[in-house]
Amino acid sequence: MRVAYTDVLVVGGGLAGLRCATGVKQRGHDVVLLTLVPPKRSHSAAAQGGMQASLGNCSKGEGDNEDIHFADTIKGSDWGADQDVARMFVNTAPKAIRELAAWGVPWTRVHRGDHQAIINAKKVTLTEKDEAHGLITARDFGGTKKWRTCYTSDGTGHSMLYAMDNKAQEQEITVHERMEAMALIHENGRCYGAVARNLMTGELVAYIAKATSIATGGYGRIYAVSTNAVICQGMGQAIALETGIATLGNMEAIQFHPTAIVPVGILTTEGCRGDGGLLTDVDGYRFMPDYEPEKKELASRDVVSRRMVEHMRKGKGVKSRYGDHLWLDITILGREHIEKNLREVKDICMSFLGIDPAEKPIPVRPTQHYSMGGIRTDYKGESQTLKGLYSCGEAACWDLHGFNRLGGNSVAETVVSGMLQAEHIADYCDTEESEIDISTKLIKEFVDKEQAKLDYLLEPKENAESAYPLRRAMENIMMDKVGIFRNEKDLQDAVDELEQLLIRSRNIEVKHKTLTANPELFNAYRVQRMLKLALCVAKGALERRESRGAHAREDYLERNDKDFLNRTLTSWPDENQTMPTITYEDIDIKSMELPPGFRGYGKDMTITNPESKTRQDEVDKIREELEAKSADRFEIQSAIMEYKSKLPDRYNGKNERLWERLDD
Amino acid sequence: MTNETPRLLKISILRYNPQIPEVKPSVETYELEEGDGMTLFIALNEIRERFDPSLKFDFVCRAGICGSCSMLINGKPTLACRTLTANLDEEINLAPLPLFELIGDLSIHTGNWMRGLNERLEAWIHEEDQKEVDFDRLEEKMEPALAEEIYETDRCIECGCCVAGCGTALMRNDFVGAVGLNKIARFRLDPRDKRDDSDYYDIIGDEDGIFGCMSLMGCEDSCPKELPLQSKLAYLRRKMVVMKDEK
Repeated sequence: MRVAYTDVLVVGGGLAGLRCATGVKQRGHDVVLLTLVPPKRSHSAAAQGGMQASLGNCSKGEGDNEDIHFADTIKGSDWGADQDVARMFVNTAPKAIRELAAWGVPWTRVHRGDHQAIINAKKVTLTEKDEAHGLITARDFGGTKKWRTCYTSDGTGHSMLYAMDNKAQEQEITVHERMEAMALIHENGRCYGAVARNLMTGELVAYIAKATSIATGGYGRIYAVSTNAVICQGMGQAIALETGIATLGNMEAIQFHPTAIVPVGILTTEGCRGDGGLLTDVDGYRFMPDYEPEKKELASRDVVSRRMVEHMRKGKGVKSRYGDHLWLDITILGREHIEKNLREVKDICMSFLGIDPAEKPIPVRPTQHYSMGGIRTDYKGESQTLKGLYSCGEAACWDLHGFNRLGGNSVAETVVSGMLQAEHIADYCDTEESEIDISTKLIKEFVDKEQAKLDYLLEPKENAESAYPLRRAMENIMMDKVGIFRNEKDLQDAVDELEQLLIRSRNIEVKHKTLTANPELFNAYRVQRMLKLALCVAKGALERRESRGAHAREDYLERNDKDFLNRTLTSWPDENQTMPTITYEDIDIKSMELPPGFRGYGKDMTITNPESKTRQDEVDKIREELEAKSADRFEIQSAIMEYKSKLPDRYNGKNERLWERLDD
Repeated sequence: MTNETPRLLKISILRYNPQIPEVKPSVETYELEEGDGMTLFIALNEIRERFDPSLKFDFVCRAGICGSCSMLINGKPTLACRTLTANLDEEINLAPLPLFELIGDLSIHTGNWMRGLNERLEAWIHEEDQKEVDFDRLEEKMEPALAEEIYETDRCIECGCCVAGCGTALMRNDFVGAVGLNKIARFRLDPRDKRDDSDYYDIIGDEDGIFGCMSLMGCEDSCPKELPLQSKLAYLRRKMVVMKDEK
């Protein structure tokens, strides 16, 4: 049995995992990072449009600050987000971007003087200030009050990931590639690392650590069409679930991105619309202003996706052999802009569609894109139920996004959550309590159990199942019945059908009888796990009888703050269960800085909770009193919802802006 | 297109599993009906799903962004995920990218090669001292045009196609390849990296570095991101020649 010891085990080599690893290492703790693929090939690289941080350097970002970013994020989440977490996030995002700038990201910069932009289909001239010249600029994104999304052309995630991985190499972080975490090792409510499998040799290795952080991204691949990379299969969430102790939060909160190309589902960035691109229908008609007169194409993602489906249901979609679609028209931006700021989009359109987007519109359709749900943690990123287990980035639900994430908040979250969590993990590793006290016997039990499961997959069986048909069936159920618009009947069917698939998946037989590099084998065990996640999503969606953010029920149109202002928690306490156990965690209105209100899209469909008004009155009163005493925005914020004591000291400072200078 | 009978593709793949060395390398051919808009990502997955679940290959983003799926397609190194079968003849030959460690079939270990390269080149920003970034303050300014120029070289996805298409790399095991030289060009441009040409010369001022390049341009021809490798390398060589004379 091979056993490796380290202080901190990080599972996942994308932006979140890398930033967590570098932070822990900076604090003097050993770290081993496991990853399915070389870190630079992680799905973080696919983030195109940008990262939100309220620097406010460009003219359309002027006046921006943490308060506005916070309010945008909470409204975007449809009040599902944890407001403490959102506050920590908006305060740290500017620091994250500046740190990355120092580490080498070539952020696109402000150029002084006049430049042309397209706003609401009209050419306008914007003027940038002299003193902003050379600072990091930003573009417009959906659901934001200011231009806040910082970028490098449309290869933002790529540039960030490369700079971050380079930093990790400089710090000599130990990275073990093509290693898949198969099970978490735990005893008496504490996690001690993971059993991992070498995907090249098939060898199982036990990694024993004081703290384990899962940063494996989302679970989009349970859907037939997703913008996600093929490795985004939710295995991090699945192994947490399989402990029977850790919980997953809000798994039914799934985001559909308005503009993925048809049919392959590859993303074209929200930056297309942020920069002035339009959505048009079969008649070439721009339909979004009819539905959302104020924000139009730049409403929040969940809203735009729903409006697009509504419009297609009215017969206004473009018919194709792959079903209906709409057009994303960026020709208005001009070739020069596209080839400079949207070059990956152009590349993708040319390669996969044979379309030059400077000349022709792009066929698009809303497509599964992001998992708001994930491993439920507290604000430190630690599981609420399994000590020593942490999670960050898209894999986690700490809960920044609630039921809908704003564009540009995901790459920002990867880095910020990695930064904050590294401090909390390092603090924990500094304590005596974190010392490891498990026996090798226990380690062996976990390794043997995984080995037995793999052996069993290879064993000949009667009525043996094959993994691929089960997987395709699952993917189609999720697409057809747990999609953008949901209803009781479809969801009940989905749950029943997925349960049958799960039962059948226990009888999978791998025909190619080798335990080494064997794609059939890894597909088999991943399908078993993906089915559990799919059930968590479908069952959570069935039981949530309201509409909130990206979770839209046709039979329960209202956002119901009376009964559903809560987080869905799913767990799998007994491995013989065929259905997840669901409980709920209330979201406390009394401590909110921004009590639930109207999001501003369509007509107000809220079933209000009486506490919302009570809290709003309280908040208004505090603000009024302090404003009368000429308190500044920091003092007012702190009086309404104190969060700074939870933020690691090094990230507690104020953020400097051109008009908000720090004293020397 | 819709009414025509779809083509029958004959996809021949060089198969070998180094874990089972007693089974010699062989070429296996799979027949597949072509679909509309079919890429090699779709075709290979269909082959795995329908004919041989043991077939090994690497895809991650399947969008031409991550650089995982480089292979020899009819002898030319390129990304499989965004290669449309419509642009190829009916008979398609696939082989793993040469020069990298073979994991099996079309799957290669570019990760450890690139990691080794990055460590050798110290491909990260070298700050003057190791002081922590004061991230509460305004960031350092940078000329907008310079940021764009750095991004241009930063677009490399480490797919390894330039190495597989390089004559020097075939002869010299330790040649850093265009991927390595482009990185040096990238850090040379970057004012945040405090190294100077003398430092860079120490890293690439030999036959395994810039002076190994024979200007065959195989790298630029093979680069799926169409990076201007030849001009970057030529410029770097001129700068390094100056250093050579000084040293």
